[in-house]
Amino acid sequence: MSIEELSIDPGLAAPPRKSPLRRLLKDPQALITSALLLVIIVLGLLTPWIAPHEPNEAQLNAINAVPGTPGYPLGADQNGRDIASRLLHSINTSIIAGLIGASVALIIGVTFGLIGGYFGRRLRSATEWVFSLIMTFPGLLLLIILMPVTKGDYRATMLIFGVLLSPGIYRIVRNLVIGVKNELYVDAARVSGLSNLRILSRHVLFVVRGPIIIAAAFLAGSAISLQSGLAFLGVGSNLVPSFGAMIADGFTNLYVDPTQFIWPSVLLGTLTASLVLLGNSLRDAFEGAKLKPSKLATPHVQAQRRDAGEARSDELLSVEGLVIAYPAPSGQLNEVVKGVTLSLRAGETLGLVGESGSGKTQTAFSILGVLPPEAVVVRGTIHLEGRNLLGLKERELRELRGREIAYIPQEPMSNLDPSYTVGAQLVEGIRASARMSGTDAKARVLALLERVGIQNPQRTFDSYPHQISGGMAQRVLIAGAVASRPKLLIADEPTTALDVTVQAEILDLIRDLQAELNMAVLLVTHNFGVVADICDRIAVMQNGQVVESGTALELFHEPKHPYTQMLLGSILDEHTVRTDPPAPVAAVVGERN
Amino acid sequence: MITYALRRLGAGILLALLVTLITFFLLSGSLESVARERLGSAATPESIKGLMTRLGFDRPAIVQYLDWLGSVLRGDFGTSLFTSQPVAPAVAARLGVTLSLVVTALIITVIISIALGVWAASRGGVADKISQGLSLVGYIVPGLLIAIVLVAVLAVNLKLLPATGFTPFAQNPAKWAASITIPVIVLVIGGVANMAAQVRGSMIDELRKDYVRTLRTRGIPTRSIVLRHALRNAASPALTVLSLEFIQMLGGALIIENVFALPGYGQYAFNASLQGDIPIIMGITLFSVMLVVTVNLLTDVVNGWLNPKARIN
Repeated sequence: MSIEELSIDPGLAAPPRKSPLRRLLKDPQALITSALLLVIIVLGLLTPWIAPHEPNEAQLNAINAVPGTPGYPLGADQNGRDIASRLLHSINTSIIAGLIGASVALIIGVTFGLIGGYFGRRLRSATEWVFSLIMTFPGLLLLIILMPVTKGDYRATMLIFGVLLSPGIYRIVRNLVIGVKNELYVDAARVSGLSNLRILSRHVLFVVRGPIIIAAAFLAGSAISLQSGLAFLGVGSNLVPSFGAMIADGFTNLYVDPTQFIWPSVLLGTLTASLVLLGNSLRDAFEGAKLKPSKLATPHVQAQRRDAGEARSDELLSVEGLVIAYPAPSGQLNEVVKGVTLSLRAGETLGLVGESGSGKTQTAFSILGVLPPEAVVVRGTIHLEGRNLLGLKERELRELRGREIAYIPQEPMSNLDPSYTVGAQLVEGIRASARMSGTDAKARVLALLERVGIQNPQRTFDSYPHQISGGMAQRVLIAGAVASRPKLLIADEPTTALDVTVQAEILDLIRDLQAELNMAVLLVTHNFGVVADICDRIAVMQNGQVVESGTALELFHEPKHPYTQMLLGSILDEHTVRTDPPAPVAAVVGERN
Repeated sequence: MITYALRRLGAGILLALLVTLITFFLLSGSLESVARERLGSAATPESIKGLMTRLGFDRPAIVQYLDWLGSVLRGDFGTSLFTSQPVAPAVAARLGVTLSLVVTALIITVIISIALGVWAASRGGVADKISQGLSLVGYIVPGLLIAIVLVAVLAVNLKLLPATGFTPFAQNPAKWAASITIPVIVLVIGGVANMAAQVRGSMIDELRKDYVRTLRTRGIPTRSIVLRHALRNAASPALTVLSLEFIQMLGGALIIENVFALPGYGQYAFNASLQGDIPIIMGITLFSVMLVVTVNLLTDVVNGWLNPKARIN
C-alpha cells in the first residue's frame, strides 16, 4: 500500500490520540467525581482530629438532639450518639471495605487471569471451572451463611466478597491476555529469551492496566454498597459505625428527625455514585468512546441539489462527482471518495478496480444506500434510470432494493444471518420485494438454488449457514441477489474470500446469470484477472478518484495512467498476483466515530 | 441436545456437592459456639461437650458431611437445632416467597430492558441518551436507598401500598400483588440498569454486522431486520447476563425482604446464620445451589433454541 493510500484512511489520518491522563483532566465528570472522592477521603483521614465525639459515645441528655445543638452540629441519634462523628467514622469503614473488596478481587482476578490467559489450555480450563463455580453462587447469601465463620467482622466479610467479585476481573484479564499473547512484540520478546515472568510483568500487564484501573473504581463501589447493605441488615458488630447501620437507625426514627436518615444516605449515595461515574470517565479515557448506536438509514446527504447532473436517458446508472466523507475525531470531514463519476448501460458490465482503501466499496455502498451511519455524502448525484437515489429515505430506497438494484457481498459467511436457515432468509427476501405466497416463494427459492448450481437444493434450503461451505454460501447469496430479477447487480469482491477453484465457477455463474436476466453488473474488485474475464468496461480507482476508464480492451492494451500500468504489471507476473483480501470496511472507515 | 443437557446436569450436581462441602467445612469451625449458643446461659464446658457428642459434632467434619449427604439423598434434610422444625418444608415455603418476588421482577426486567435496549440501539440520538441516563441512575443509586425512599413516599405518605408484610398469592392475588409491588420495583430498577445496557450493547454490535447490510439490500423492512434478525442474535449474550442477573437478584432479595419484612428465605437464612443453625444453613445452601443449577440449565436450553450452532453440538 502506498503512502498516499494510507493517508486517506481516516483512522490513520487522525491526529495521534492524547494520553488517557490528559483526556481525563479535560473531562468535567472525572474532575468533579475525583474532587468529591478526595474531599470524602480527606475527611475520613482527619476523623481522629476533627470528630467531636467517639462514634459510640452515648449521652443520655443528647438523645435525638436537633441539629445545631452545641457539640452536636448535625444532632444526635436515638442513642444519644453524635451524628457528625458517626458519619466521619463511617467514611473510614466504607473506604476500608472498598479497599479490601477491590484489592482482593483484583489480586485474585489479575493473577489467575494472567495465568489462565498466558499459559496452556489445561491450566486455563481448570481456572475457568473454578471461577465459573464462584460466579454461579449467590454471594450475599454466602456472606450471611458464613457469619458464624467471619464472626460478623466486616473486614473478613469484604475479604470473602472480594473473592466473589474476582471472576469478573479474571474474565477481563484472561481475554486481554489471550488477545495480546500472540502479538508480534510478545513473540519477539519470547524469541529473544525473556522469561515468562518478565514478559507477563512487562508487556502483558501494561496492556491490562487500563481495564484494571477502571474495574477498581466499580469494584470499590460495589464493595461499599454491599457493606452498607449488610450493616443495614445488622450483619456484623453494631459497634462498627457504618452508613448502613446509620441508615437503619435513621429509618426507624424517620418521623422524629428525617435528617438522621438523610445524612448517611446522601454521603453513601455520593460515595458510590462518584465511584461509578469516575469509573465511566476512566473507561472513556482509556478505551475511547464506545460505539454509538445509529438508525438504519440512508446516508446523510449534504448540500443536495435536486437539479444537479441530469442523467442521460440511455444510461441505467450514472454517478456524477460523488464525494463521500467521514468525520474525523476533530470534527473535520475526511474525504474517502473524491468526485467519482461512473456510468453503466443496461446489460453492461463495469469493473471498478483499485486497491483496498481506494474508495471503490464506498462508492458501491452509496449506490445501495447502505453506507455506514457516520458517512456523509458531501456532493454529487447517483441516478438510476433517471431518478436521483441520493436523498431518498430508507423506505423509498427499500422499494428499489432487491427489485432494481441487488448486491453480492465479499465475505459469504458473515453475510448470512446465523440464526435462520438459508431457505428462511431467501424466502423473506423474495417476499419483501415481490408479493407472493410462502409456498410460491419457497418453490422459487428452490428453483433458484438449483439454478446457481447447488446439488441438493432442499438440503441447502433447510441448512443453517454454519453447515454449508463458503463457496455454497456465495451461491446462496447470489441466488438471493438475483431472486427478484434486478436491473443492476453490484458485486463487491464476490470471489476474494473463496478458494481459487471456486472463484472461476462463481464468475462463470455471474456471467451466465447476467446474460440470462440482462442485468447490468458493477463488479468491484482489486483483481485485474477477474476484470479481464468478465468486464466490458473498466474504471480504475486510486485514492478516492477514478484515474482512468475505458473499454477492457483499451485498458489492457494501452494503459495510460501509471497506476493502471502498475496494476497490470503485477497481474502479468504470475507470482505476484495479489491474493490477500482487502481490509474490511471497518478498517477503511475507522471503527470509532 | 439431551446428552448435552445431561452433561450440564451432571456438572450442576458436582457443583452442588462442592459448594455444600465447602460450606460445611467452613461452618465446622464454629460447632462449639453453636452448642454454647443452644445451651444459653446454662452452658458449662461439660454440658457443651455432652451436647456436641449427642449432636455428633465431635466426629470428623468429613464424616458429619457424608452423614448429612446420606440423609439428604434419602430425602431427610434434618431438623432445626433450635426449634426442631423439619428443614425441607420450611426452606421450600420461604423460597417460594422469594421466588415469587424474584421471578416477577425478572420478567418485568426482561421486558423493559429489551424495549429500552432495542429502542436505544436502533434509534440512536435522543432515544439512546434517555436509555443510557436511566441505566446510569439505576446504577449509581444503591437499591437500599431506593427501597427506603419508595416506602416512605408510596406506603407511608401516600398510603397507596402496604409498607411491610406479605400475602400469599393463593390467599388473595390482589393483595399479593400489592405486597410485592415496592420490592419488585426496587429489584427491577437495579436489574434494568444492568440488562438494558447489555441489550443495547449487543444490539449495536449486531446492527453493524455484514448480514444486516445484506438483508437491507434485499429490501427487507427495517422492523424485521431489527426485531427478527438482530434481536434474535443479540439475545444469546444477553441471556447469559440474565442468568447472572437472576443470581444477583436472589442476593438482592435478601436485603429487600428485610426492609419490607417479607417472610422469604433471606430473613430465614439470616436468623439461622445468627444462631448457627447448621441444618437450616445447609438446607438453604443446597436449595439455592440447586436453584442456580436449574437456572443455568434453563439458560443453556433456551440458548440452544436461539442459537442453531449450540443446538447441533
